[in-house]
Amino acid sequence: MVNILYFASFREMLGQADEQMPAQHSTVGALISELAQRGDLWKQALLENTNLQIAVNHDVASRETAIKAGDEVAFFPPVTGG
Amino acid sequence: MKNAEEMYPYIKIQQADFDLTVENAKLRTGHKDIGAVVSFVGTVRDINEGDEVAILELEHYPGMTEKALEKIRLEAHDRWSLEASLIIHRIGKMYPADQIVLVAVASRHRENAFHAAHFIMDYLKTNAPFWKKETLPDGDVRWVDSRVSDKEAEARWAV
Repeated sequence: MVNILYFASFREMLGQADEQMPAQHSTVGALISELAQRGDLWKQALLENTNLQIAVNHDVASRETAIKAGDEVAFFPPVTGG
Repeated sequence: MKNAEEMYPYIKIQQADFDLTVENAKLRTGHKDIGAVVSFVGTVRDINEGDEVAILELEHYPGMTEKALEKIRLEAHDRWSLEASLIIHRIGKMYPADQIVLVAVASRHRENAFHAAHFIMDYLKTNAPFWKKETLPDGDVRWVDSRVSDKEAEARWAV
């Protein structure tokens, strides 16, 4: 399984903080393509959003980043700390 | 597995407020080689984007935030000769005039400490996973947008 986390506005918009998906996608991009099939909200947030930030196992990642079983993938908007 | 506090003793993410004097003293403990301490404290402003802010709430990504801050801190130690450094970032609900963040850097000579503190703050703004949500006096709640000026501030440190 792959653990997926959503933060900040993403968590609120998509209505969940985390979920598990079978590890059947080789990259983050492939995972996003499947999530985007859930509807317009998901498509807008993950597929069409040019500001989408991605992390895999706590490191900054991209759509091309490879994923495997046991990985933690996080989606979030641009950061605004400090 | 070690917890974040053991893994990253110079990174603190906490709800509680911090005391600048206490933290500066801790940073200098055991050092007689320090000639300069630069501390930056970020505080909650009562106005954002032209609107009054009543409450500011900070969210983070446990695990990744500590790792990202430590990476920034170590990068500063790589770039400048530093004796010690510390980053404290608060999370949860805060109110105007509250302290949010502390970056403290100690070095033998002031130039390095000034530059490193500035660098750490600029990088923290654009690279550490924190998100701000503000509540206006009428109860409206909104996520704070990232700023282009923060990206520009980060870019000045490009090597």
